[in-house]
Amino acid sequence: MTLGELWDQTGEWLKGAGPDPDIVMSSRVRLARNLAKYPFPHWAPAEQLEGVISDFEGAYKKADYFKGALFLRIDALDSIEKQMLIERHLISREHIANPEHKAVLISEREIISIMVNEEDHLRIQVLQSGLNLHDTWKLADKIDEELEQNLEFAVSSDLGYLTCCPTNVGTGLRASCMAHLPALVMTKQAGRIIQAISKLGMTARGLFGEGTEAYGNFFQISNQVTLGHSEEEIVDNLERIMKQIIEQENAARNSVFANQRLLLEDRISRSLAELKSAKLISSEEALNLLSVIRLGADLGVIKGLDRRMLNDLFIQIQPAHLQKKEGKRLSAEERDVVRAEFISKKFNI
Amino acid sequence: MICQVCGKSEATVEFTEIIDDEVKQLHLCDGCAKEKGIEMEQNFSISDLLAGISGLEEKPSGEELSVKCPKCGMTFENFRKIGRLGCGECYSAFRKNLLPLLKRIHGSTRHIGKSPKEIDETDGKKKISEAQELRQKLQRAIDMEEFEEAARLRDMIRSLEKKAKDKP
Repeated sequence: MTLGELWDQTGEWLKGAGPDPDIVMSSRVRLARNLAKYPFPHWAPAEQLEGVISDFEGAYKKADYFKGALFLRIDALDSIEKQMLIERHLISREHIANPEHKAVLISEREIISIMVNEEDHLRIQVLQSGLNLHDTWKLADKIDEELEQNLEFAVSSDLGYLTCCPTNVGTGLRASCMAHLPALVMTKQAGRIIQAISKLGMTARGLFGEGTEAYGNFFQISNQVTLGHSEEEIVDNLERIMKQIIEQENAARNSVFANQRLLLEDRISRSLAELKSAKLISSEEALNLLSVIRLGADLGVIKGLDRRMLNDLFIQIQPAHLQKKEGKRLSAEERDVVRAEFISKKFNI
Repeated sequence: MICQVCGKSEATVEFTEIIDDEVKQLHLCDGCAKEKGIEMEQNFSISDLLAGISGLEEKPSGEELSVKCPKCGMTFENFRKIGRLGCGECYSAFRKNLLPLLKRIHGSTRHIGKSPKEIDETDGKKKISEAQELRQKLQRAIDMEEFEEAARLRDMIRSLEKKAKDKP
């Protein structure tokens, strides 16, 4: 796969497939791993960071999972491309802050991405569509095993996988789901549910992870504890919690639909009209309107909308993706114009 | 390079600013960097939180703070400042002070779950029993009727056995 091919495709996780894809947009498993022979990235000199990159390159080329994968050095990308990788959830914001000696490996359908020299030497991510945590974990486990045949990871017999930050030690596993919860937000129950989640050792964040807002009624729900529970237990816990959240969101949707149908339909058709006719639109506003459209499509109020197209729009309207399409840098105001045009074309067919 | 803010002093700090979606890189001198609050920002949340939960009740003694990891040279005091460890060995070097912290973060100090190959309980070194483990996995794959996986494992075991034979 080339970089151009990556930009032209829609990631597997946006396809709207898998169980409960209306509410759970994607499932993600991340494993933190470090190579035993080097200090952790923030504490390692440049030549050792390069050592991590070349050791990793040697190992992934022997693994079955990365045929046709794209290996990129972050410092070789321009700023729009770096931002696009973040918008596609393939790398973190932290990964581009200091791009030297950092890299990422991206599998053909964007299911697997491995950040090299982020906070840990390796951050293995598997991202799938729908509520699919068990399969996602199984794949991450297999990749881990394959890499492990050619890399010696830092482990201890009682603390498990050793990570740069003690909050990740043990399994090094963070499982998360991106959930679209518009009806729970509308009925003002989202706050209560987030509180309940945190009591169960889980946490809820916005669309782009740590420190981001829950734009478009998207919440990223993940485990916090990594030590003292097995990977299966962690994944299973999250899966069970997600099933309850799905139930609650469905109940809220039914109740809104039954009791305030006219109000809901009004909001959905107004949102569609706005998206069709806006001349200027910010990312935040667009995400919030698209969220209502997505709900409308789920409830059958809007017919004939493809979920994959809608999911993909959430990414395509992000700033770097718009700038790539235009082939130049754009100011925030210019982007709002281009975004409005782009969205309006999608809905005026 | 001259500082991009004051345009006078030599730039010593490279500062990446991410506002919304715009990534801006600035080269700043010490003074301007301080004004932008860059020093304060370094790993603010994690280190402060960790220092907060690890140190408030019992302050580690000077002796404990100066414990140094023999592999990477990080001291426990370094760790308390930046909230990140220097290498895997740090977990052994700072074990005494880390365990209570792990207990507070995770509610546990013992890993349950997968380990790479088998780890010897006594010295933490790997027992070389890769083939043995692969055979267990093969059995599991057969039990689960994951035949593609089973075939892959079978091939891996074969190549491992071949390698072992080829070795003098």
